[in-house]
Amino acid sequence: MKENNIAIKIDDLTVAYNYKPVLWDIDLAIPEGVLMAIVGPNGAGKSTLIKSILDIIKPIAGSVKIYGKPYRKQRHLVAYVPQKGSVDWDFPTTALDVVMMGTYGSLGWIKRPGLKEKKAALEALEKVGMLGFQTRQISQLSGGQQQRIFLARALVQNASIYFMDEPFQGVDATTEKAIINILKELRKAGKTVVVVHHDLQTVPEYFDWVTFLNVKKIATGPVKDIFNDNNLTKTYGINYKVSIQQ
Amino acid sequence: MDLLEYIELVFTDYTLRTITMGTAVLGAICGMLGSFAVLRKQSLLGDAISHAALPGIAIAFLIIETKSNSIFLLGALISGLVGTFWIRGITRKTHLKSDTALGLILSLFFGFGMLLLTYIQKIPNAHQAGLANYLFGQAATLMEADVWLMTVVTGISLIVLLLFWKELKLLLFDSDYTKTLGFNVQFLDILITSFIVIAIVLGLQTVGVVLMSAMLLAPAAAARQWTNSLGIMVILAAIIGASSGIVGTAISASQNNLSTGPVIVLVAATFVLFSFIFSPKRGLLFREIRFRKNRNDLELHKTLSFMYNIAKTHKNISHPHAIKILNNFQGFSKRSLKELADKDYIQLKRNTWSMTEAGFNTASNLYDQLTNQNQ
Repeated sequence: MKENNIAIKIDDLTVAYNYKPVLWDIDLAIPEGVLMAIVGPNGAGKSTLIKSILDIIKPIAGSVKIYGKPYRKQRHLVAYVPQKGSVDWDFPTTALDVVMMGTYGSLGWIKRPGLKEKKAALEALEKVGMLGFQTRQISQLSGGQQQRIFLARALVQNASIYFMDEPFQGVDATTEKAIINILKELRKAGKTVVVVHHDLQTVPEYFDWVTFLNVKKIATGPVKDIFNDNNLTKTYGINYKVSIQQ
Repeated sequence: MDLLEYIELVFTDYTLRTITMGTAVLGAICGMLGSFAVLRKQSLLGDAISHAALPGIAIAFLIIETKSNSIFLLGALISGLVGTFWIRGITRKTHLKSDTALGLILSLFFGFGMLLLTYIQKIPNAHQAGLANYLFGQAATLMEADVWLMTVVTGISLIVLLLFWKELKLLLFDSDYTKTLGFNVQFLDILITSFIVIAIVLGLQTVGVVLMSAMLLAPAAAARQWTNSLGIMVILAAIIGASSGIVGTAISASQNNLSTGPVIVLVAATFVLFSFIFSPKRGLLFREIRFRKNRNDLELHKTLSFMYNIAKTHKNISHPHAIKILNNFQGFSKRSLKELADKDYIQLKRNTWSMTEAGFNTASNLYDQLTNQNQ
């Protein structure tokens, strides 16, 4: 683990929608090249944390640095996979078109995608096992296929850091395996992957790094060191007994 | 008056030509921009904006105290924009949902506008200003200059849509993602909303405050039924909007005393109804036909699988069986047996049936999801 190389550094981050803080004074340093799960109960601020890092939500206080610089200056290094349910899948467009959207950021304003972008999108579709679906209207895709399309859109961005908001929500076992294999490949290629995750059982199998979150940061570090009953209980409030059963 | 005569009249009669062109251009721009309103789930916004424009028209008259359509439109534009930004403000700053904010602003502005209108009635020469026409529209008041204005605005909005096509599509589909890619979402939002407001204001004179939102939504709703591509949807909506304008004008011109705005809206609504029923993919008619066909297929397959279960107990799968033994099974009828025979799944001989090789193979793989996937 190249712990000296910090990909994402968060200091004193506090976010509130109304009066109560959703995130309180978060300090977090995510090393480069980890596959990290963010776990915590509903309303713990997991999605909010990702959205604050990505500058979608303005924090009340605190700073976020991507490789030492603000997100605004490092967009090209970052790709985002939102929750599947955050968009209307009846939108009139095709699978290929959605994946092509991943190229829009590097194109910038006004310039249209061309052959090069199409080729990149097709390659990404192939990586997620969706080649052959490119002309399919997106409402005709199953939930798992829609998730793969979203993943492909992020892959097209060819980023160094990937943020994913519950990529395993509502997908079947086959798709979950396919997605986690791609994430592990990303890590192998030296990328940093941050995933909001709900299934505690699979944390030790899928991830090498974990952050426990419940408005405050409870703990962060390597799964083998900190994924234990103590931290789970601190995060979820009830006596947990799922920890690594070896 | 027959159709040819009417078409000739459109080209020779100045007033009719102006109105036809005006309503056509209006329909096109409304269809184009309405597609964006519909896909952003801001259908009701058009209704709120058009109602919010009314006090602006009245105040514009109170200031200049004479009739001037362009000043009225400016007033409508300003109060329409104010209404829009109040709606946005309310949804952002309070816990009210957008439908509540829309309803609130709509009735508040419209009520205030009506109040001003009744007050203005008492002012001399108010009647000539024709303010009441803005309620339901009066296409006959369209001038050539109005049509030019509409055409220029349509041209500008077309250029803007083409220029920012990629960004607007992204915004419509996934606005958070748009933000992470570095596009200024607020700018895009204001851009598209402003053009929707302008389109609405342009239509007030022709269609009126009350019916204007239909002009915006109906062509888009109809177009959505026929295509799964955003580009084609926008083009189609523009064509449907323009056609509604042309046909509506023709109907109202050839039938005495039918006011143009409502007729145009009714024509647009007819397009919607037609599309909802007859569109091949999303239409009710073909959906029902597909549904029946699927039911029929299911029944056939069920009969076939019943036969398969009998046939597989025999060494020779083509061993003939009496039709009688199917009697307890509700999925079978003379017709379904014949259909199965037509497909060469079974052979019928007098009172017996026997399974064919093809039927046996088909039946053994029916609805086997994994086998189907691998094919």
